[in-house]
This record gives sequence, C-alpha cells and structure tokens, in this order.
Amino acid sequence: MDTKDFLSELVDLPGISGYEETISLKVSHVFERYCDEVRTDAFYNVYGKMTDKIVEGMPKVMLAAHIDEIGLMVKEVCEDGFLRFVSVGGVDQRILPGLEVVVRGKEDLAGIIGAKPPHLQTADEAKKALEMKDMAIDVGICGEKLKSLINVGDPITFKSPLITLNGSMISGKSLDDRAGAAILLETMKQLDELRFEAEVYFVATVQEELGTRGAIISTFRVMPDIGIAIDVTHGDMPDAPKEETFAMDKGPVIAVGPNMHPGLTKKLMDTAKEYGIEYLVEVEAGPTGTDARSIQISRSGVPTVLIQIPLKYMHTTVETINIETVKKAGMLIARFISSMKEGWREWMNY
Amino acid sequence: MKELLKKLTLCYGPAGNEEVIRDCIKEEIKDFVDEIKVDVLGNLIAIKRGGGKKVMLAAHMDQIGFMVTHIDENGFIRFSRVGGIFVQNSINSKVVFKDGLVGVVSYESEIEEIKDIKLDKMYIDIGTKNREETQKLVTIGDVAVYSNGFAESNGRYIAQAMDDRAGCALLIETAKRLKSSPHEVYFVFTVQEELGVRGAKTSAYALDPHIGIAVDVTLTGDTPKSKLMAVKMGSGPAIKVKDVLIMAHPKVKELMITRARDAGIPYQMEILEAGGTDAGAIHLTRKGIPSGVLSIPTRYVHSDCEMIDSGDMENGVKLLLKILEEEIEF
Amino acid sequence: MDELLKRLTEAHGVSGDEGEIREILKKEAVNLADEVSIDRMGNLVAFKKGTKGGKKIMLCAHMDEVGLIIHNIADNGTLKFSTVGSIDPRVLISKKVKIGKKKHHGILGLKAIHLQEPEERKTVVKTKQLYIDIGAKSKDEALKIVNLGDYAAFDTDSLPFGQGRIKAKALDDRLGCSILLDLLKNRYPFDLYACFTVQEEIGIRGAGAAAFGIKPSMALIVEGTTCSDVPGVDEHMRSTRLGKGPAITVMDATSYSNKFMVNKLIETAIKENIPYQMKESVTGGNDAGAIHVSGEGIKTAVVSVPCRYIHSPVSVADMNDYYSTSRLVEAFLKGCE
Repeated sequence: MDTKDFLSELVDLPGISGYEETISLKVSHVFERYCDEVRTDAFYNVYGKMTDKIVEGMPKVMLAAHIDEIGLMVKEVCEDGFLRFVSVGGVDQRILPGLEVVVRGKEDLAGIIGAKPPHLQTADEAKKALEMKDMAIDVGICGEKLKSLINVGDPITFKSPLITLNGSMISGKSLDDRAGAAILLETMKQLDELRFEAEVYFVATVQEELGTRGAIISTFRVMPDIGIAIDVTHGDMPDAPKEETFAMDKGPVIAVGPNMHPGLTKKLMDTAKEYGIEYLVEVEAGPTGTDARSIQISRSGVPTVLIQIPLKYMHTTVETINIETVKKAGMLIARFISSMKEGWREWMNY
Repeated sequence: MKELLKKLTLCYGPAGNEEVIRDCIKEEIKDFVDEIKVDVLGNLIAIKRGGGKKVMLAAHMDQIGFMVTHIDENGFIRFSRVGGIFVQNSINSKVVFKDGLVGVVSYESEIEEIKDIKLDKMYIDIGTKNREETQKLVTIGDVAVYSNGFAESNGRYIAQAMDDRAGCALLIETAKRLKSSPHEVYFVFTVQEELGVRGAKTSAYALDPHIGIAVDVTLTGDTPKSKLMAVKMGSGPAIKVKDVLIMAHPKVKELMITRARDAGIPYQMEILEAGGTDAGAIHLTRKGIPSGVLSIPTRYVHSDCEMIDSGDMENGVKLLLKILEEEIEF
Repeated sequence: MDELLKRLTEAHGVSGDEGEIREILKKEAVNLADEVSIDRMGNLVAFKKGTKGGKKIMLCAHMDEVGLIIHNIADNGTLKFSTVGSIDPRVLISKKVKIGKKKHHGILGLKAIHLQEPEERKTVVKTKQLYIDIGAKSKDEALKIVNLGDYAAFDTDSLPFGQGRIKAKALDDRLGCSILLDLLKNRYPFDLYACFTVQEEIGIRGAGAAAFGIKPSMALIVEGTTCSDVPGVDEHMRSTRLGKGPAITVMDATSYSNKFMVNKLIETAIKENIPYQMKESVTGGNDAGAIHVSGEGIKTAVVSVPCRYIHSPVSVADMNDYYSTSRLVEAFLKGCE
C-alpha cells in the first residue's frame, strides 16, 4: 500500500485518545499484509509481529508509534441546540474559532465552532483569546432530536483532510503521530526486502496524548530487549526560536539524552552514516514527551532510542511534514534492525 | 446505610495512617465475604470467591489530613498537607488527632487578604501554653483530620470524609446484599489514594483482575453559579466518561449503562475536569485492565461538610449488585 | 577530607551520564560484595549473600547529580544548554563547569555590571538566556571541543570546611553512595542488595527497574536532603538542621515511610545513642517513590544526611551527621533478621 495513501486514509479516521477502535481496525488490516501475526489488545493497541531468519538469542525489538489524536468531547448538550465541550489532549484553544468538526454520536454530525463576527465584538473582546469554556459547537439541529443523537462523552474530531502543499510537503490534522504509523508501514515494506535476525513487534499505541498510556501497557506485554519510539518533533516555523526547531529537509531527527540509551543511539547514528541517510540530532534533557518515556522504564528497564520527524504547527489542523522524511526514517530503522546480529547485546553495555 | 456512613465518616484514617478505619471496615464486612487479607502497603482485600472472571471493586479508605511538622516555642503546631487540603476550607476549622485530641486550624492574622494566606502561614492550636506542653501530646509526623460530626438534612448526609467513606459504604452494602455472582469479586479498600492513587497500583498488580471498577466521589454542577458540570446530586450514580487519570474503557462504560437501564436505575454521565480516582492506577497495571468508575455526586468535596444524597447511595448499591449478579460478557 | 568521599563527590555523573561515578563505585564494591552487576538502566547492584539467607533487603542511594546538557551551539561559539534535574537558573550565573568526558572548562558569563541598566540587575534571568563560553570563536571551533548532547557538571573542589564540615558538589547523593559502601563491609543474616541508582534527579527513573528485578521485602533509601537552617528562613520552614544528626522522613512528596521501619529507626537511634531528627518538611522526592509501589508493594523508609544548598554548585554537610547516619543505618540493619 502506498505510504502517502495510507497516511491520507489514517488522517481521516476518527481516533481521539481513548476512542481508537476505528483507526485501530484499519491499522490492523494494513499490518496483516506484511506481518506474520497481528493482534489487538483490550485497549486497541495493535501488535504486528515480523520475523525473518530465526536465530537463538536474537533480540526482541519493539517499535512504537501512536495512532490516537487530540480532539474534543461533548460536555453538555444544551437546550438551545448547542454543544459545550472539553478538550482531549493538548488542544490550543486559539485554533478553535471557525473550525469545522465532526461530532461522533449515534450518527456522525457535521459541526462548526462558531465565531462571533468582528462587527459584533467590542474593542476589549477582540483583544483577548477566546476561552474553550465560552465556545459552543453548532450542529444545526435543535432540542429533542439533538438529545436523541448526542450524549455527554461523545467524541468530537477535527475535520481536515490531507492536502499536498508544494512538492513533498503535506498538511492535515493528526500527523502527530499518524506520520509515525506511516513510518511503521514504511519500515515493514523496507524490512520485507532485507534479511534480519530479530523478532520485531510493530506496535501502534493508543492514548499517548494522555500520558503515553498505551505504551505503558503494551511494553509490559511485549517485554522487548530494545525499544524504538517514533514520533514527531518541531519543524522550523517563522515564529519559533531557531534553536528549538529542525529543518524540514535534512532527514529524521535522532534524540540524545537520558531517556535514550547512549550505546544504542550511537549504533543508530552509525547505521545512518553507513547508508548515507542524512539526520539531525535533538538533545532532550529529561524524559521525553513521547512513548519512549514509558518504554524505557518498563519492568527492569528497556534500552530505547527515539526517532522523530520534523513537523510544523504541531497540534493544529494544519500540521505539516515532508513525506520524504517518512521514507528516510523507514529506511533508517529497517537498516538498523537488519544490522542487529550476534553480539547485539554488547551495544547495550555501560 | 445511614448508620454505616456515620460510623465510617467519624472514623480516623488519614492517608498513610489507615489502621483504625481498616479495622472498622473489616468488622463491617468480614461476615459477608470468604476471605480477608491485608497487603504490604495496608490495602484491605475482602474476597467473595467464585469461579468466573475476577472483578476488582476499589474504594479508598484514606482521607485528607494535616501533618505536624514543627512545634513552636509557644506550643502552636505548624503543619503540612496530607492530600488535598485547601486553605479556604480549613480556616478556623476543628480538627482531631488519632487519640481524640482536638485543635483549631487558623492563620497568621496580620494577613489581610484571604488569597494571601498559604498553608505555611497557618497553624493548629490545641490550647496548650508552651512547647513542652504540646510536645507531651503530639510529635512531628502526627496527623489530624477534619472533625465536624455527621448530620442529615432532607435525605442528604453531611460529614467530612464522604470522600471516600461513601464509596467504602457502597462496597460494604454490596457485599452484604450480594446473594450470588458468577464472578470472583474483590472488594478492595485502598490506602493512600489522596497521595496519588498509590494503594491501587500494588493491589491491582497483585490481583490482576479482568475488570476494575473504582467507586469514588465526584463533583456536581448544581450549586449557585457553579463551574459548568452536567452531574447533579440526586440524579443517580454517575458513570465516569473521563477524568484527569483515565478515559473510562468503552466496554466498562457500556456495561454500566446497560445494567442501569435494564434495572431501571437512574444514572448520569460524568466528565471530571480536575481530579482522578484509583481506576487511573488500576487500568495501567501490567498489560492493561479495562476499568471504569461509579461516582457518587458530592457537594463541597475536600471540606468538612461533604454532602451526598441517600437516593444516589441506594441506587449505587443497586447498580453494583446488578453488575456483579450477571455474567460480564467481554 | 576522606579521600574516597573526595573522589566520589568530584566524579562526574549527571543524570543519564553516570559512567564515571559508576566505574569508581564498581571498583570499590567489587572488593566488598559477592556479586556486582549493572542492569539495563545502568543501575549498579552490589549483592552480598546473607548468612541465613531468605529475606532480601535493598539499600538504595542514587549516583546521579543535577547538571547541564549542551543542546545547541551558537554561531559565535557559545553553548546553549538545558538543566538536567531541577536547578534554579539564578545559581548558575558566574559559575564554572566542566564539559564532556575530557572535562573541558566552561564558564557561565553574564554581561558586565558596568554595561547594565539598574533595572536589569533586579530581573530574574531564565535558563534560556544563559550560555556557556568555552573560549571558541565560532561554531566550527566549538565543535572541535564539544558535541551536542555533552553533559556538564559543576566545577567544584571537595574540601574540608569550617568545623568538622565539608563543602562539595553532589553531596546529594554521593554521601548516600559512600554510606552504602561502608555498609557493604559487613555481612548480614539476610541477602543485601546495595543499589546505586541512575536518573533519580530527573523523575526517579532508575529505582523502579532495580526494585522490579530484585523484589526485596524491604528497602531503605539513604539520601542527602534539604537543610535550610540559614538566615531569612522561618524556624518552621527549615526542614532539617546541620549537626543534629540523620533526618528520618515520615512523609515526603513521593512516599509515606513505612511506620514500622520509622519506629525501628527511632528506637535504634535511642538505643545506640545516635543523635537524630525528624525531617520537618514533606517536600522533595526520592527513589522510595518508585520502589514502594513496585509490583505488589515494598516497605520503604528514608534516612538522610542534612545538606545545605543542594542542587547548587556547592553544598555543605556536617561530618558528624554523615558518620551518625552511617551508624544508624548499620545498627538498623543489624537489628533485622
């Protein structure tokens, strides 16, 4: 399956943290084309297992990318036909006025977060950011009919299908971290063409946006020897400090710091150099805001590396990535896994 | 139920010091279960043996309190919070230590504005004249709790520690009335929930149940100009959708809604924007345990006058019984 | 000053980069323990078989210290950094650090006072505004000396100080590590696991993995804790006092000490005539936070050597407190069957 098509389909599927059943099913079907075995647990984490040559003492490798997205949830269905809502995950309230959403009740309903026109605002009003608690969603249906379709707790997703900007730049909602899921697919495709000696688990995790919850329970289940977390980091944006963002066209970003195993990370960089895959380095001073944070401390500890791709405008409906970087990341990880031969344990010595 | 609630809410048991309340609960429940054990952290586990799936119900025994950290030269006691003690709820309140010693909580009165009062500008007065007198009665590490009795008003009960003695009461009543269940039921009375759902972590790890349901209080949005919240006291037990620590598992939520409907029990859906329960710890244990929460709508949480509705309590027990009496399909 | 203590406190070991301190501790432990191993997080575990065996007791002290990590190199050759662990940026101004394995000197400069406006001197500087100067004139020159991701530790000599006190960096928690080595000299009836953990300062990341592997029935954590008995601090806010002996914790931010263990510590102190104090603040976290909720639960308690000015370039501890703490833990352990 073409990676960009896969990503385009994923982006449209609903899956706010805690409500990933639909997207989980899709990912599971796609994984089945490449994996020996695919399973799903009670929380909708998807586990795709791939092996090639079976060698005694070979490593168990777990890759993790999260398929949940940030979104909203119905807090109250009001008499006047409007819905009050809360956020699920880190939603910047400033992206909301004028946004189109889909309310997922008994039926999927189109909704609009209405914005008061400038003509009707006072000078003071116009100066402040609108707060979520003062906003409402209009679905164009009133009273009893609305109450029969929508309940408190129904999930609400943003509407923003994937579009192609210039060349290889694509933009849409929830590329954080469906781009990571696309990297999982890319890696599978590349690994399919290579020889490797490892038991590889591709895990599409849930509820990362609420605190890497899917990673906590899936890592406990898999018990890997090596963890590879895949997520997004900040791409260069006009209004962000340069020292905190990364170029969009210089390849994937490899993280260094206490959350990543130094020996394993060095091996990953060696692989990149060997195959001429350009990469950048991100220094993280503490536990990262990704699945890596929970993978590393599961049970007696798991040596972990973190690969990210630069993404502009994170947590908006116009998240932007370079699709070429997805392919490069897949190539890097596949080569890395393929390089794990006898003596891999020594990479993890201190 | 009223007598049970009164007994439990007047019982001493701040987080980390649950011995007394544990004994109290043990007395109430021991005749209705097959086995009782206490684990390393002090969680009380009461088991009703059965052949089927393991169901863990959790209510926390601990309450919030005031820990003695320093005794000044005049005998006044400086304290730190044990769990969520808020300044506005503690000014000039009456508190009591384990042995019955009574004190008053107040603040350095040179402060003019309430918002400038912080906990380290407050103290407990036990009426002594100097440091020596106080040192004979308390020592650093002793914990006091709110002491404001138990009252009833119009079918509503008012007391400190409804959070979560009301949950404990629900569990005890359920154990008393449960005639039979296809499941193995664990009534777990956890410790240190108020310090970060700590007891729930280790008890869930040891029991590794098929499903977990926490029973705890939640806030309401039905008082004058309150923050927006759909939950109302008296409209039935609340079924948790989401709070800070958990997205209730959809299958557990469905289970609770279906059983409530089948039995004609009123219920409401709950989203709590600030706060969490033991289910937050239970669901992330081991390989993940599908979990949910049955919440008791409560006004004035973390004050010495927490208020609950007797009808909500009765319906809460009915709902738990309905959940346990029939086979859980998933 | 005790030669080992000097080496332990001067060694580098910022959270995530504990290599040097781990090597030193390993060399010492190998002569004292039956087995020494390093787990997957990098924790150093020294095992000493008991004469009677059966029960497992874990002693715990963290090897890591707070410090800095280089995350960017500016075009003008200065280094931008993040703090590793909790450091008040105000204590970094005008201080020296040593960077990377080669321990290159780096200085945290600040615009000269002559060139500042009066209001500037009153502002609180943020970590983002600070930089390290290593004497390089350009990014390329800097990259010949340091790398992205290099760690920097405070440049502080460990020396005796005042009356029977010492001044050094990282007393939190190299003092604890040193006490663990002392205790490894004995053999006990039970199996002893002396664990030197990693990454405590950045969220208690190492201890849980160690406890999960060992599954002890009890764990005693030996720390260096806040001591604020200095001018400008109210009596009731001082937490502990220098010279008044080891501090026993009732409750802190990450755990509530097991009451049986706390009572036994107090009884032991009284019986052995060891001065002690109760820690008066409930702030601060440590490895007990992760250990006590590991698996089915583990009894834990925390004993600390009071240290002034922790998480800054130079802290102070009283050697009597240090020896008393060691004696208290030793007596406590001897009282466990």
